[in-house]
Amino acid sequence: MNTPLLYSVTALFDTPDGIIHAAEAVRKAGYKRYDIHTPYPVHGMDDAMGLKDSKLGFITLGAGLMGGAGVFAFISWVFMAAYPNVIGGKPFFSWPAFVPVTFEITVLSAVLVTIGSLIAFFFKFPNNSHPLHDTPYMKAVSCDTFGISIQADDPKFDEAAVTALLTSLHPRTVAPVCYDEAELNHTWKTFDPKFLALLAGVALLVSAATYGTMNVVLYMPPFDWMMNQNKFKPQQTTEQYPDSRMMRPVVAGTVARGFTPYPYKGMADSAGKSLVNPLQPTAKVLALGKEKYLTFCSPCHGNFAKGDSRLRGQFPNPPTLHSDKVRTWPDGSVYHVITEGQNIMPSYASQISREERWAVVHYVRALQRAFNAKESDQQ
Amino acid sequence: MSNSAIDYTLEHPAVAGTPSAASIDEVITAPIDSKPSRGWWIGLAITGSMLGIGVLSVSWLFYKGTGVWGVNQPVGWGFDIVNFVFWVGIGHAGTLISAILFLLRQKWRTGIARFAEAMTIFAVMCALIFPLIHTGRPWLAAVYLLPYPNQHGIWVNFTSPLLWDVFAVSTYFTVSFVFWYIGLIPDFAMLRDRTKSKIKKIAYSIFSLGWRHSNRHWQHYEKAYLILAGFSTPLVLSVHTIVSFDFAVSVIPGWHTTIFPPYFVAGAVFSGFAMVQNVLVVTRKFFGLEHIITLNHLENMNKVMLLTGSIVGYAYAMEFFIAWYSGNPLEQFVFLNRALGPYAWAYWTMVSCNVIFPQLFWIKKVRTNIIGMFIIGVIVNIGMWFERFVIVVTSLSRDFLPSSWGHYMPTAIDFGVFIGSIGLFFTLVLLFVRVLPVVSMSEIKAVLPGAQPDHH
Repeated sequence: MNTPLLYSVTALFDTPDGIIHAAEAVRKAGYKRYDIHTPYPVHGMDDAMGLKDSKLGFITLGAGLMGGAGVFAFISWVFMAAYPNVIGGKPFFSWPAFVPVTFEITVLSAVLVTIGSLIAFFFKFPNNSHPLHDTPYMKAVSCDTFGISIQADDPKFDEAAVTALLTSLHPRTVAPVCYDEAELNHTWKTFDPKFLALLAGVALLVSAATYGTMNVVLYMPPFDWMMNQNKFKPQQTTEQYPDSRMMRPVVAGTVARGFTPYPYKGMADSAGKSLVNPLQPTAKVLALGKEKYLTFCSPCHGNFAKGDSRLRGQFPNPPTLHSDKVRTWPDGSVYHVITEGQNIMPSYASQISREERWAVVHYVRALQRAFNAKESDQQ
Repeated sequence: MSNSAIDYTLEHPAVAGTPSAASIDEVITAPIDSKPSRGWWIGLAITGSMLGIGVLSVSWLFYKGTGVWGVNQPVGWGFDIVNFVFWVGIGHAGTLISAILFLLRQKWRTGIARFAEAMTIFAVMCALIFPLIHTGRPWLAAVYLLPYPNQHGIWVNFTSPLLWDVFAVSTYFTVSFVFWYIGLIPDFAMLRDRTKSKIKKIAYSIFSLGWRHSNRHWQHYEKAYLILAGFSTPLVLSVHTIVSFDFAVSVIPGWHTTIFPPYFVAGAVFSGFAMVQNVLVVTRKFFGLEHIITLNHLENMNKVMLLTGSIVGYAYAMEFFIAWYSGNPLEQFVFLNRALGPYAWAYWTMVSCNVIFPQLFWIKKVRTNIIGMFIIGVIVNIGMWFERFVIVVTSLSRDFLPSSWGHYMPTAIDFGVFIGSIGLFFTLVLLFVRVLPVVSMSEIKAVLPGAQPDHH
């Protein structure tokens, strides 16, 4: 059994005037480590105790400024750098629309940081093992009495002198408050292994429950009814049709809207002889042809149709289009090759429309002429 | 002082008579320490059943999808946004009482501030239900509500009023909760030092954080309270302003008006005071708090309702004037349609409840009559609910193209969710009056006669 240690000498007063006088007297007597306990803040007590103004406001100011500036910078970054996106035709940095969120975050960060530091640094809470807790003194000041407590660790502390001083102020009672060191040190530790194990257990339980709900329960009947709807989906089997295919083949002879079949399938010679370029080589047509050529043709044939793309050497080399063979081909043959493909070259019929193919033919002709210019072209 | 004239500089006393600090503790902790009465259980049974209806409706909503609601083209916003705005508005009275009246040094606020703050928190909780469930699958909604780094590499749209709403309402809830809890800390310490039950003692110790009523703490505490009040004041104005932006920033006729922010804030305070007054009238009677929540408190609240109700009435008139003055045929049609169209019954309910009945508060006899003020409070809340209904539904159901007009009718599930939110609110109020002190003991003691030193 430890001997009780003296924490402080306390006195209780019945009136607010009494406690103000007591605070002034104790301060004038030169004590530093004392405190006043009142059920509500008593006006004028800060002056009586000689306390300086609370510095809490500076924390609020700093936190609010940082929060507000931080979120404003973040939103600006989002709109100007991370994902520039035109919204309603406004400039990327349309700052008036950033104000509401900036204001809310300023308030939120200022308030949370203020209260957090108030509790953690100014009060040093939570602390439920202070020597004054559970004393008749604390029960009295908690209700309607005003108390002063001069601590034993004050440099001037002398039990007899302090008791005499407090008695001279006409209090209701004067009493020492003692504490048991062993009891005081018996507190819950944040890094107690049992506590950490409890935290880990709770975390595990919550994660498992969340995972189970989101990834298992929602995919079980009856919660899966939106996934398993009563309708046909492609690639599924069915017993409704003899061929078991849910995706029905098109009826023979079906033609898509706006589609004209290509009549020269596998007939390169006829195509070359019969087909004529329906487009005039205007600037517009050449621009379209250039665009399509650069998109679909240049990856193999090169930007200038010399067959010099960066694929050279990695596949059977794509041919140049400036060869005599291609130059003497009729337009229809070039068109036919784009449509049907040739050797390793696939068909581009689905990527390039008919009009665009003819435009490409014009553009190829223009390239050929540029690289084999006649005398008359020089002017 | 002249002997005949009334001295308007004198404040009404914050409490009636001269109760002692100890008797204040007795009265306020009585509901916490005693067994609940039969009336309380009956009340809880009613509100619990309403809450149950809400839970069933929301479960059905989650199972079947938002198709069970009455919303469809062209009225895509129905009961969900009506109820959201209604509940957020209810909350505003609490912050006004706890923050703005604190900054204005109105001592009479101490008796009702705690209760009003609690109602703020409960009302915002009810409000938050609606934006959450209207997504249909709220557990997947974080993607478009909250900015977090995701695999799409895209952020939420910080320039959208709906996103502002998320920030405003969640900030409002957090700050209100912190404000409320900070006010509760000294009271938790008082409860801790009073209670004889061991379990309660542990609970109160945890929640009091070890508060010791030290003046060195009170000093920072009072500063923090002032800072919180200072932040809550612009915050509460910003919240309903931003809620009104949901409408005002769009281009729908009847919504696209600059009067919306002040008009919405006044309406919010109006309905909030009506709700607080209603609940306080019942509570003070039920728990014998007539000398702490005095008739003077209720009268002051009725005066605030008279003021804000008149502002709302002015806004209704001004909307019509501007519609005519703007020369915009679409605006003009919308307002004529409100007053004479298919929802005229809702419009005239709104006008009579919000503009005509509260004018009775000019008469002192009505203002100080408990039954009279209670009935007017209920009427005001009905009227303010209809205000939101009128704004949302009439504008959407008949906008630009007559070929796309429609008619909105809520379904039973719509009503079920709304009833559930009312049940949640009053269930929380009933639980609150049993487990927490409904009046701030430390604040009320500080304004008792003789509580402060005579000089200094």
